[in-house]
Amino acid sequence: MKRLLPFSAVAALVAVWFLAAHRQTSGLFPDPAQVLLGLVELFRRGLLAKYVVASLYRVSWGYLLAVVTAIPIGLLLGWYRRGEQALNPLLQLLRPISPLAWIPIGILWFGVGDMAAIFLIFLASFLPLTVASMNAVRNVPPTLLRAGRNFGLSNRRLLTGVILPASLPQLIVALRISLGVAWLVVVAAEMIAVNSGLGFLIVDARNAGNRYDLVVAGMVMIGLIGLVLDVSIRQLEKMKALKWGYGA
Amino acid sequence: MGVRGVTVPAPSKVVIQAVSMRFPTDGPPTEVLTSIDLDVKDGEFVCILGPSGCGKSTLLNIVGGFLKATSGNVLIDGQPVTGPDPRRIFVFQERGVFPWLTVEGNVAFGLFRLSTAERAERIAHYVKLVGLSGFENAYPQELSGGMKQRLEVARALAVNPDVLFLDEPFGALDSITRLVMRSELLRIRRAEKKTILFVTHDIDESVQLADRVVVMSTRPAAIRRIVDIEMPHPRDLSSPRYIELRDLLLEEIGLAHKI
Amino acid sequence: MPTRSDVERFLLPLGTAALAVLVWALAVRFSHTNVFPSPLAVLLGLQELLGKGVLGHYVGDSLRRVATGYFLALALGIPAGLALGWHPALASAFNPIIQMARPISPLAWMPLAILWFGVSEAAPGFLIFLGAFFPIVVASMNGVRSVPSMYLQAGRNFGLSTPRLLARVVFPAALPQILVGLRIALGIAWIVVVAAEMIAVDSGLGYLIIDSRNAGKRYDLVVAGMLLIGVIGLALDLLARRLELLRTVRWGFQRESA
Repeated sequence: MKRLLPFSAVAALVAVWFLAAHRQTSGLFPDPAQVLLGLVELFRRGLLAKYVVASLYRVSWGYLLAVVTAIPIGLLLGWYRRGEQALNPLLQLLRPISPLAWIPIGILWFGVGDMAAIFLIFLASFLPLTVASMNAVRNVPPTLLRAGRNFGLSNRRLLTGVILPASLPQLIVALRISLGVAWLVVVAAEMIAVNSGLGFLIVDARNAGNRYDLVVAGMVMIGLIGLVLDVSIRQLEKMKALKWGYGA
Repeated sequence: MGVRGVTVPAPSKVVIQAVSMRFPTDGPPTEVLTSIDLDVKDGEFVCILGPSGCGKSTLLNIVGGFLKATSGNVLIDGQPVTGPDPRRIFVFQERGVFPWLTVEGNVAFGLFRLSTAERAERIAHYVKLVGLSGFENAYPQELSGGMKQRLEVARALAVNPDVLFLDEPFGALDSITRLVMRSELLRIRRAEKKTILFVTHDIDESVQLADRVVVMSTRPAAIRRIVDIEMPHPRDLSSPRYIELRDLLLEEIGLAHKI
Repeated sequence: MPTRSDVERFLLPLGTAALAVLVWALAVRFSHTNVFPSPLAVLLGLQELLGKGVLGHYVGDSLRRVATGYFLALALGIPAGLALGWHPALASAFNPIIQMARPISPLAWMPLAILWFGVSEAAPGFLIFLGAFFPIVVASMNGVRSVPSMYLQAGRNFGLSTPRLLARVVFPAALPQILVGLRIALGIAWIVVVAAEMIAVDSGLGYLIIDSRNAGKRYDLVVAGMLLIGVIGLALDLLARRLELLRTVRWGFQRESA
């Protein structure tokens, strides 16, 4: 009975959706069946794969670029208090600025296309990852650092042998959250600034003929892929070597 | 409780009859308690002594109404225990105080059925009794461990319970504070007589505090022996009688006298 | 007597900011761009907006939209989260829906929002609600789940009925986590409002940015708008953090949060 619970709520939702769609007056809102057919149509037209790949491509590049820059920078800033003191206020000022607000600048620097979107995703992931890396370093228990020094570790060895492993659980959580953010941003960016991808699909389907079935189909795909990305990274958290960092 | 040499028959307050506890697991169920029989008199201070994990806390939880025994009965004042009740209050380690309430707020916690005037009176009385006067508006995070423990005792006493359950309450305190807290507990007890069931793994603590010590075996726990501590308070920790009783308990638990 | 570290704490960021502005100004000068604004141009742009009376108007609009969506999310999200946290069965029932809906950018709901609410204030309000709702629900749920059973036991011991228990023990104990969720949700709401304003409305800071570019490549106004967004967002965040300092909840924040 317990196993059925999750499905019961979903089933209820689908049922409500179905009823709502059939009681509306505008006739535009799709019911679940139409959404499914919409998905099939997209698949057959080859658009589904094309758009999914486009979105994933942008996310991957923007995200990975952010990861390889933000983590080292964040770790350094966390280690050198002066660096953090100097840059932290600036970072805090930039953080609340929606990545989308950078679109005009992005287009100015990179033109309309993939690069602008990748730039946006990079921005969206870079800031939180940097801040999280900084915090992860700061939260390494001082006793661990002292033990490391006691055993004669140089700064570099301390970084790789104590700080990095000790920060890893928090870093992975930050990676997961940033990936989620990156996925949100790519969709939003595609709604505004490019001509392909799942975000574009949503806007285009509506503009080019009120195809709300495709709109919702796109949203479902977005949700699914986002979920898959999230679950994949959660697998990292399950690795035994890291479980200690997620104690109850 | 009677002074040595004069026995006064006291009514039974807590009667534990053949209580057993089995916890279901993936395999065969674990038997934690085996047929516990105990009769606690009104106003008695009974210590339940045993090593950690032997089931003493489980027993306390059953008597307090938070767990249902697999078999057996618990009667308090002749009534079977069916659930938690404000007439018998638990005191945990100091982590049990509510951190979002001040000292006053904590002590007042169980007093929501009283009038404002009565409540204020009770709060004042118990804050003073446990020695926290002046800290009424302090938050628990501003208090030391010992003070938090006192706060918890005050909160428990404020609702005027018949029975107090204390589950290793001083375990998180340093040993010096523990000694202080023990005499504080006895002082408070002199002021307000309650029936007390006190779980501990500290042999000295049991000899210092209890009227009777119930020695539990390891799992599945059964009562090995009940030892009467017939020493008047204040108890001299160096007296031969104290040492004799302590050695008796050490032996009963099966520990060496020398390290 | 200010200590050396106090001085450092102010001078270092100030110095870095000044340096950044300097680099910015030099970069603009030496790249001979005639589109990207210099710091001075941005300042003048801000002044211009203030002069036209448009700035206060736009800021007010953005804040107003945030307020409606956010407070609705708060009013619905906290009870929902408390319920989900208290009844694990409900939580496992709704969890798949939450997990599926969460990765969908609030902005992706725009076409549906317009379909349902028309091109009105309700559409961006709905998006903001969506963006703020999930973090609040999740934080409230987790807050309830992490209430130590000792507190619940004590509450029951003192004879509290379930409604009383929820109000006097569960909610206060969960409050620190709920507040963190509220702060995060506020940040998200601010981000979403700007994004929503870039698409569907004709006022507000997000609109300012898009319009300044489209209606004449006024990048000085674009950057001015961005800075304003950053400053207001930061102010909102700091305000929210103030709540975390109240003594009834301070106990829940032992570590420094960033």
